Amino acid sequence: MLVKVFERPKSMFPVTTHYCPGCGHGIIHRLLAEVIDELGIIERVAGIAPVGCSVLIYNYINCDMYEAAHGRAPAIATGCKRVHPDLIVFTYQGDGDLASIGTAEIIHAAARGENITVLFVNNAIYGMTGGQMAPTTIIGQKTTTSPNGRAPGREGYPVRVAEMLATLEGAAYIARVAVHKPKYIIAAKKALRKAFETQINGLGFSLVEFLSQCPTNWGMSPQKAVDWVEEKMIPCYPLGEFKTPETKKTVEEA
Amino acid sequence: MSPFYEDVIIAGFGGQGILFIGKLLAYAVMKEGRNVTWIPSYGPEMRGGTANCTVVVSDEEIGSPVITNPRSLIIMNNPSLEAFEPRLKTGGLLVVNTSLVTLQPKRTDVNIVKVPANEIAIEVGNDKVANMVMLGAYIAKTKIVVKENILEALKKVLGKEKEELFELNKIAFEKGIEIGNM
Amino acid sequence: MGEKVLISGNEAIAEAAVQAGCRFFFGYPITPQNKIPEYMSKRLPQVGGCFVQAESEIAAIYMVFGAAGAGARVMTSSSSPGISLKMEGISYIAGAELPCVIVNVMRGGPGLGGILPSQSDYFQATKGGGHGDYRLLVLAPSTVQEAVDLIMDAFDLADKYRNPVMVLADGYIGQMMEPVEFKKSPPPELPPKNWAITGAKGRPRNLIKTLYLNPVELEKHNLKLQQKYLEMAKNEVRVENYMTEDAEIIIAAYGTTARITKTAIKILREKGINAGLVRPITLFPFPYSTFKEIAEKVDNILVVEMNMGQMLEDVKIGVCGRAEIHFYGRTGGMVPSYDEIAVQAEKIVKEEAI
Repeated sequence: MLVKVFERPKSMFPVTTHYCPGCGHGIIHRLLAEVIDELGIIERVAGIAPVGCSVLIYNYINCDMYEAAHGRAPAIATGCKRVHPDLIVFTYQGDGDLASIGTAEIIHAAARGENITVLFVNNAIYGMTGGQMAPTTIIGQKTTTSPNGRAPGREGYPVRVAEMLATLEGAAYIARVAVHKPKYIIAAKKALRKAFETQINGLGFSLVEFLSQCPTNWGMSPQKAVDWVEEKMIPCYPLGEFKTPETKKTVEEA
Repeated sequence: MSPFYEDVIIAGFGGQGILFIGKLLAYAVMKEGRNVTWIPSYGPEMRGGTANCTVVVSDEEIGSPVITNPRSLIIMNNPSLEAFEPRLKTGGLLVVNTSLVTLQPKRTDVNIVKVPANEIAIEVGNDKVANMVMLGAYIAKTKIVVKENILEALKKVLGKEKEELFELNKIAFEKGIEIGNM
Repeated sequence: MGEKVLISGNEAIAEAAVQAGCRFFFGYPITPQNKIPEYMSKRLPQVGGCFVQAESEIAAIYMVFGAAGAGARVMTSSSSPGISLKMEGISYIAGAELPCVIVNVMRGGPGLGGILPSQSDYFQATKGGGHGDYRLLVLAPSTVQEAVDLIMDAFDLADKYRNPVMVLADGYIGQMMEPVEFKKSPPPELPPKNWAITGAKGRPRNLIKTLYLNPVELEKHNLKLQQKYLEMAKNEVRVENYMTEDAEIIIAAYGTTARITKTAIKILREKGINAGLVRPITLFPFPYSTFKEIAEKVDNILVVEMNMGQMLEDVKIGVCGRAEIHFYGRTGGMVPSYDEIAVQAEKIVKEEAI
């Protein structure tokens, strides 16, 4: 008897993505679809797409979706979740979207403890617009708007979103993961599942930051990009759980 | 008979209950089935500075809720007298709180009712109800609404929380009516 | 007749929204409209609704986007500088064809401007405001009662056209108290919200978006929007003609300015000058044909606004050279008095006579 051991998640449309070779978005999309399938929640999921490379995520994930303006996904998620508390609401946002133009929205969604799940894809660069500096661009990294490499005296420092949001009482689950190697991908899926479970259990705001590769705009081969995540990004953005519902303390409890 | 019309500007310091007596008046007018508008001066100038509101009463549709030359004035401090006295219509009514207004009204073509409102208020128990004395005097002069409707409005506005203040306000209001009728 | 209550414009707007079925409100404090969010924060939980004080006007309008997209009746309110911030989101809401109600209690501008009444956001409200080729349906109340009635209608109109509706008030309407009756009219038949985000159970998934990378599709989308605006122009124009029958001069004004003008008209008529008022109630769609007709009957039209001449441009389009158009405006929070308006009108009539 033949057993299928690998198949397309049901939540994904049977189409080819538009992402570049070696890009992390495809992997993260798949993890999202797998978690949705495993939790059996596809009929009550509402997603919010960002502006950036992954704006077209709604062409790949077969659930009710909004397309947001740049950075505003957490506010849209708030509006949707307040109307339908029984829906499982997620936003999918890149680093420019979430950590630059949408900084206010993400911080206050977390501070309010909005019961939503955020997939934050940090590839340290603006992909869609052609490789400009991101708030998460690391020191020394060359981009089209930091051609001499990001220098703190000129371009300031990278923003560590997971650490920052973990300080907020409203945040229940905050983790940073990577998707450049299988062992990391397995851990990433676990974190994403935990984030959704946090929401399903009504425990508050959850966010998973994915370190992701962008070979095209980093100007390297996919293999080199994998190494770059390992050697350059992880030292700047350490992986792990920064907050879990178990460690979450409210002001009253503290 | 031409349809009933009246407008009044009530002015003084913030905290004197200027807007409050304007609302009582507007409420009583509404009870009597007439059209009414109440409009305050609003914004930062109301905090500790001068406060005023305009009440327009009419049997017809009310046009402007803001009035250039009012028919009546209730004046609770010196700056308000200086600001509004020149604007009062000829033959209009000026009710002035002589406890606080030390300036003398200059107009000779208007009816002036002098009310030592704070002194009376202190006599009845609390100088905070000077506004009610002024309102009483104004209503006695104009007969714009019946006394009972002001008292009903007062009861409603004070609510259960401030019920105990009703009697004091009522007495002050009635004292004002007496002055107005003198 | 129902019971009348004495209530401020801001609170009346909020209560009317609740009575029209609005259960969600997202806003940010700004003078002179704070009584609206304050009222909603107390009132909505009583009726099973939800109020969120957003971190900014921008976030507030996207919460509206989210709630409207989820199929709810939702409102936000602000005042001029805050409405400017919301403009990005309003463009997206119009593009995504989501129904919602936006209240602008106008204050003086530009920039931080002042907090006193103004009508200087007419262009912003009626000509777009945000980016792209879109329109809001714009309603301009002149009294507190009318604010109540128009808010109630606004929700129905928003649902009918799947379009944001703006209620354009000014600081005076917001602060003023008047006796008001909340008249609940039977809800009209409205299209089902089968496009809303509710979870794709037993139906294909729904998608709310504004991105059309293919220009052929985007043009088609724009033409569909334009068709909707033409429908509004055909069906929804509202205008009050006040003492226009025998008028020798017409004053055009809306909102608070219009009711002040009614007093001016009384003064003018006492002086033997037959003045009348044309008061647009919908600013978009604008009552162009009313002005076309009136211009056939009078030689002079005086436009009065609390700005430096914005509705003036629409009056010119309507009149199209058939009559002389004059303008009197106060701005920055200064409100034209009925005396001033009467003087202006009298001057025009007398100059005409010479």
